[in-house]
Amino acid sequence: MARAVSNPRKALNTAIAWGIGLLIFFPILWTILTSFKTEAEAIANPPVFLAFDWTLENYAVVQERSNYMRFLWNSVFIAGGSTILGVIIAVPAAWSMAFVPSKRTKDILLWMLSTKMLPAVGVLYPIYLLCIQLGVLDNRYALVVILMLINLPIIVWMLYTYFKEIPGEILEAARMDGAGLKEEILYVLTPMAVPGIASTLLLNFILAWNEAFWTLNLTAVDAAPLTAFIASYSSPEGLFFAKLSAASTMAIAPILILGWFSQKQLVRGLTFGAVK
Amino acid sequence: MGRITLDKVRKAFGDVEVIPPLDLTIEDGEFVVFVGPSGCGKSTLLRLIAGLEDVSGGQIRIDGEDATMVPPAKRGLAMVFQSYALYPHMSVRRNIAFPMKMAGLPQDEQDRRIEAAAKALNLTDYLDRRPGQLSGGQRQRVAIGRAIVREPAAFLFDEPLSNLDAALRHGMRLEISELHKRLDTTMIYVTHDQIEAMTMADKIVVLQGGVIEQVGSPMELYRAPRNIFVAGFIGSPKMNLLTGEEAAKRGAHTVGIRPEHVSISTTEGTWKGTVGVAEHLGSDTFLHVHREGAVDPMTVRVDGEFSAKHGDTVWLTAQEDQIHKFDAEGLRIA
Repeated sequence: MARAVSNPRKALNTAIAWGIGLLIFFPILWTILTSFKTEAEAIANPPVFLAFDWTLENYAVVQERSNYMRFLWNSVFIAGGSTILGVIIAVPAAWSMAFVPSKRTKDILLWMLSTKMLPAVGVLYPIYLLCIQLGVLDNRYALVVILMLINLPIIVWMLYTYFKEIPGEILEAARMDGAGLKEEILYVLTPMAVPGIASTLLLNFILAWNEAFWTLNLTAVDAAPLTAFIASYSSPEGLFFAKLSAASTMAIAPILILGWFSQKQLVRGLTFGAVK
Repeated sequence: MGRITLDKVRKAFGDVEVIPPLDLTIEDGEFVVFVGPSGCGKSTLLRLIAGLEDVSGGQIRIDGEDATMVPPAKRGLAMVFQSYALYPHMSVRRNIAFPMKMAGLPQDEQDRRIEAAAKALNLTDYLDRRPGQLSGGQRQRVAIGRAIVREPAAFLFDEPLSNLDAALRHGMRLEISELHKRLDTTMIYVTHDQIEAMTMADKIVVLQGGVIEQVGSPMELYRAPRNIFVAGFIGSPKMNLLTGEEAAKRGAHTVGIRPEHVSISTTEGTWKGTVGVAEHLGSDTFLHVHREGAVDPMTVRVDGEFSAKHGDTVWLTAQEDQIHKFDAEGLRIA
């Protein structure tokens, strides 16, 4: 319920919220600003905030030195592929857990989540060796599968929570109306869960896009996504902060824009089910 | 056609047997009401017939064919749920069309049936709305429309009116009865409301603890309840049950007297008592009279014009030929 809040109190709350928001956003803002500075200004002490000679030189150099579009395409392919594949596998899984639960459903859900608590590096060796054995090191398809498996618990959990919100009687009504399992999922469950599925897609796309551990360890050239693109500028040979910032800005820009346009959907998705 | 036979049908959830083996035959075109208190297994029984629950034993036959293992989609039955269970993302038209779409009916036939159902149920102006934009009564009509267009072998209703307010409930009760007369299709209706059961049913099945206590027409159950449970459940207000001396005098363990079978006088009668609460319905008044020496008050139905106020002394007399007698097990003594 909305409550009437006195004006000064409201103003204070707004100011605090903006303050916290800016604090969280500051590193990203600083990276973006640095990307428009010269290398000298980037490491100047005391740092300059806005009063510097704005230049696009870093972007030109980065573009010249590396093939941005290839990294971008790899990122899109890996993040998009793993998300779509994950949802295709997770929808039936979440359906069965939400609507035909067994005695062990809760345990399975917790077990799935527990795999996320394992440090990734713990399975680096086995997975790395497996990739060599299968000849899929530095392979986009392999990364699609690996990132899908890594995010699958989260996708299943999210969809499970959304599906739980859908009254089982509606699905029973569909069954009485002559719908088989396929029709039930296709015509009734999925359209009703569209907001949930959309935010699951979005969140997992972002997670896969930002994933750095596996993409850095399992790729070299062919399958390297934007995370590898950024990493290639943090070389020990010299401190090129401005160029690193330009590369970072280029790498995060697509996901920032996507996030900006879908923030309503994302917030709704993340808070869905919290209140009825 | 819609003759449904339950043969030793049993249902258990884990170790808990909610419905012990049960036999029941529902004739084609009959309006059968399953009635009983909460948790008596009436909804479970309906869901077993629908196929939404698997039976733990026994056989369900629809028109003679074994349907025990047939999935709900293939049983040819239509169900109306308590929560209406409409598809919120579809318009009323598409909701009603859904079962026909699943059955693969040609579009012109679908349109024809939608128009006919909408006309019969006063939904023509709402066909393009979403369920969220309708009132409770309208939603219930859409749910019924969705059931009608399938032309099912039988309709199953699971407490369809319990989410409606009293005035609407009465109206819908008449509409459903009217629908039954018009379609002449088997209907199985679950309710905990004995008034719905009495007013709508051709045949009432009274259930308690998963066991059928009695099957019969409303008046059979009213006139000759097989045991104390049915006697107390059918009829409103409830039958007065007396034990002890009054019952022994009449050669029974318990005697039951309906409120409408007790006459009242201010001067003479069998039992002397004082008036407690008086419930005025206008046409009738239900008086709760505290008999001398008895713990529970006796309910008496009197004419609405009868004047009696709290604390008045009155005399009650039962119509002896209308007294129901039960033995120590609670069974009717013929």
